[in-house]
Amino acid sequence: MIADLPSRPGGEGRELLRTAGLTKHFKLGGLFSSRYLHAVDSIDLAIGENEIVALVGESGSGKSTIARLIAMVYKPTSGEIFHRGRPLSTLRSRRDVLEYRGRVPMVFQDPYGSLSPVYHVSHGILRALKLHRPDLSKRGREQEAEYLFESVGLAPAREFLAKYPYELSGGQRQRIGFAQALACRPELILADEPVSMLDVSVRIGVLNLMSSLRRRERISFLYITHDIAGARYVADRLIVLYAGKIAESGPVEDVLAHPKHPYTQLLLSAVPDPRAPVSLPPTPEVQEPPRVINPTEGCRFRTRCPYAIDECARVTPPLRVLRPEHEAACHVATSDLEGAEELAHDQLN
Amino acid sequence: MIASPAQTVLEVEDLCVDYLTERGAVRAVDGVSLDVGRGEFLGIVGESGCGKSTLLFAIARLLSPPAQISSGRVRFEGRDMVSMNEKELRRLRWREYSVVMQSAMNALNPVLTIGAQLKDVIDAHERLSSRDVRQRSEGVLKLVGIDPEHLRSYPHQLSGGMRQRAMIAMALVFTPDLVIMDEPTSALDVVAQRSLMVQIKQLQRKIGFAAIFVTHDMSLVSHFSDRLAVMYAGQVVELGATRDVFAEPKHPYTVGLMRSFPSIRGPLQPLTGIPGAPPDLAHPPAGCRFNPRCTEVMPRCRVEEPELYAVNVKGTYDQVRCFLFDPRAAREGPE
Repeated sequence: MIADLPSRPGGEGRELLRTAGLTKHFKLGGLFSSRYLHAVDSIDLAIGENEIVALVGESGSGKSTIARLIAMVYKPTSGEIFHRGRPLSTLRSRRDVLEYRGRVPMVFQDPYGSLSPVYHVSHGILRALKLHRPDLSKRGREQEAEYLFESVGLAPAREFLAKYPYELSGGQRQRIGFAQALACRPELILADEPVSMLDVSVRIGVLNLMSSLRRRERISFLYITHDIAGARYVADRLIVLYAGKIAESGPVEDVLAHPKHPYTQLLLSAVPDPRAPVSLPPTPEVQEPPRVINPTEGCRFRTRCPYAIDECARVTPPLRVLRPEHEAACHVATSDLEGAEELAHDQLN
Repeated sequence: MIASPAQTVLEVEDLCVDYLTERGAVRAVDGVSLDVGRGEFLGIVGESGCGKSTLLFAIARLLSPPAQISSGRVRFEGRDMVSMNEKELRRLRWREYSVVMQSAMNALNPVLTIGAQLKDVIDAHERLSSRDVRQRSEGVLKLVGIDPEHLRSYPHQLSGGMRQRAMIAMALVFTPDLVIMDEPTSALDVVAQRSLMVQIKQLQRKIGFAAIFVTHDMSLVSHFSDRLAVMYAGQVVELGATRDVFAEPKHPYTVGLMRSFPSIRGPLQPLTGIPGAPPDLAHPPAGCRFNPRCTEVMPRCRVEEPELYAVNVKGTYDQVRCFLFDPRAAREGPE
C-alpha cells in the first residue's frame, strides 16, 4: 500500500449521522438492584459525509458502547440516533434494519476472533454480499469479492480468498475485516480499535488504508482508539471522551495544539514520544479513572483535575465553544473567542 | 551505561531456544547474547513472534516443552542457570530474580485476596510471623502506590493498572537484583501506562534492581531504558544505548520501526511502516532474515547471514546485524 499524506478535505457540511442526547446505562447486580453504570451519558455528536472522526478515550470511557449503540447492537436508554435525518427508532422492518446495518458496518478490534477459523476467508465476504447485495449473481459475488480484496491491498485476491484465517497475519486479517465491511457498500464504517492488536510495523498500513478508502470511495469513519497519534494521522475531527461524556471535541490539529480540557492535556502529556527530548519523568499520576455508578452532579474529572474549583463538584460542566468549531466541557477552561473579541475591542478603543 | 564485568547481574551467551514440533525444531531464539548490569534497565523490543517472550522465559527458566534451551549459557550473578534443577531455581526465584507477567488478570489468582497471594510468596521463602508478613505486604503495596486496604481486595475489585502494580509489588517483596517484565503495561491505556512506567523507573532508582523490559512498543521505553535490544525473527539485530538507537537507528528494521509511529507533534508526515510480514521461523529466509522486507537490500544479503558488527558511537560500541556496517566489506551500494 502506497502511503500518501491523509488528505484533509474537512467536513463537507452534509450530515450523515447524528446522535442527540445518546445515553446508555447498564444495570448492575440483581433484580432489585438500583445501581446503574452510566456508560454513555447524553452524547451529541455528528459525522459528516466523507469525514473521519476519531473517538479517543481510556478503557471504560464508553467509546465502544457508542459504536455499539450506533451499530444497533444496544438499544439506547434514552436519546436518539439519526441516520440522514431519520431516527433509528423508526426502523422497524428487518429490511430497514438490514439496509441500515449495511450502510453502517463495523470493523472489530480483534482480527483473530472475528474470522471463523473453519472457513476459507471467502466465506464471510460472500455471505455479506449475498445478504446485502441480492442483485448480484453467484459469479457477480465472486467478482465483487475479488475486487474488494484488491481494493484493501490483498492481492492476488483469488489466492487470498482461498486461504484460511490461520494462514494470514494480523494485518491481513484486519484488511479482510475492512473488505467485509465494504461488501455492503457502506457510507460510514465504525472501526473499533482496528489496529490496537496489530504489530507496530503494520499498523500504519491499516491507517493508510482508511485514508485511501475515504478518498477513493468517499466513506466516512468513526475511528475508535486510545492512540491519539494515530487519530491525528487519519482523522479530521477528534472527540475526547471521559467517563461516558464528551470532554472536548474539535478539529484534530486545533485540539492537539490548543487542548482546552485538563483531561485532554493529561492525555497528551502521557503519549510516549521517542522524538521528544529525553527528560526526567514528572511525578506519577496514580489516580484511577472513576467508576460511573449512579454518578452525582458535577464534573467527572474533578477528582483528578489539578484546576478543580468548588463549582466543579456542584455543576456538571456543559460543552462550551471555546475556539472555532472547538468545544470543551470545563468550567475553568478559558475561551479564546472571548479573548479575541476583547483584544479586537481594545484595539478599537 | 555499559556495565563492567564485575557489575554484571546477568550474562546471556549465544542462547538458542527451539520449539520441538512434529515437523522438526523451530528455532525461536537464535544465538542471543546480552548482558545486564547492576541497576540497569534493558529494553527488548520486537514484534509478535520475534522470540522476545521466549527469550525472557528461557532466562527465567520458565520454558516448558515443547520449548527447550538447545545451546548457550545464562549466567545469573556468576551462577549457571541452564544447568540448575528446579530445587536450586526455587531458591533464586522471587528472592534473587522475579518475573512480572503480561496479563495480571491471568497471573493473579481470582479467588484469593491480594494479601493472601502476597503471603503465599513470602511464606514460600521466609519464615515470618503473620505480623511481619502483614507489615512487609503493606510496605510493598505502599511502595507501588496502592492503599494497604486493598490487601483484603480480590483481583477483580482492582482496576487494570492497580492489578499490574500489585504484580509488581509481589515481584519486589524480597528486593531482588533482577526483575524481568513481559509487557506489563500492554493492557493499560496511555495515562495508566505512563504512570506505571514512571513508577517502575522510580522504584528501580530507589531500590536499585536491574530490569529487563520486553515490549512491542518501542516508543514506550524510549525515555526509560538505559540500553535497548531490537529483536527480529529470533535474533538481536541492534543493541545499543537507548539514546543512540533513537537518535540514529542503524539497522534498516529499526529505521522502519521508527518510521512506523505517527507523532502528535511536528508536521504530519506520510508513513509507510514496514511492508510485508515477519518470516515464519520454521522456514526463515536465506541470508539476512530481514532481506525480504528490507529497503537497503544488497545481493549478498540474500545468501550470507550477517553477524553482529560493532559500530563505534561516541566511544561506546553498539551492535548491528547488517552488512551495511560490516567493517571488512567494501561498501556496496543498495541494489
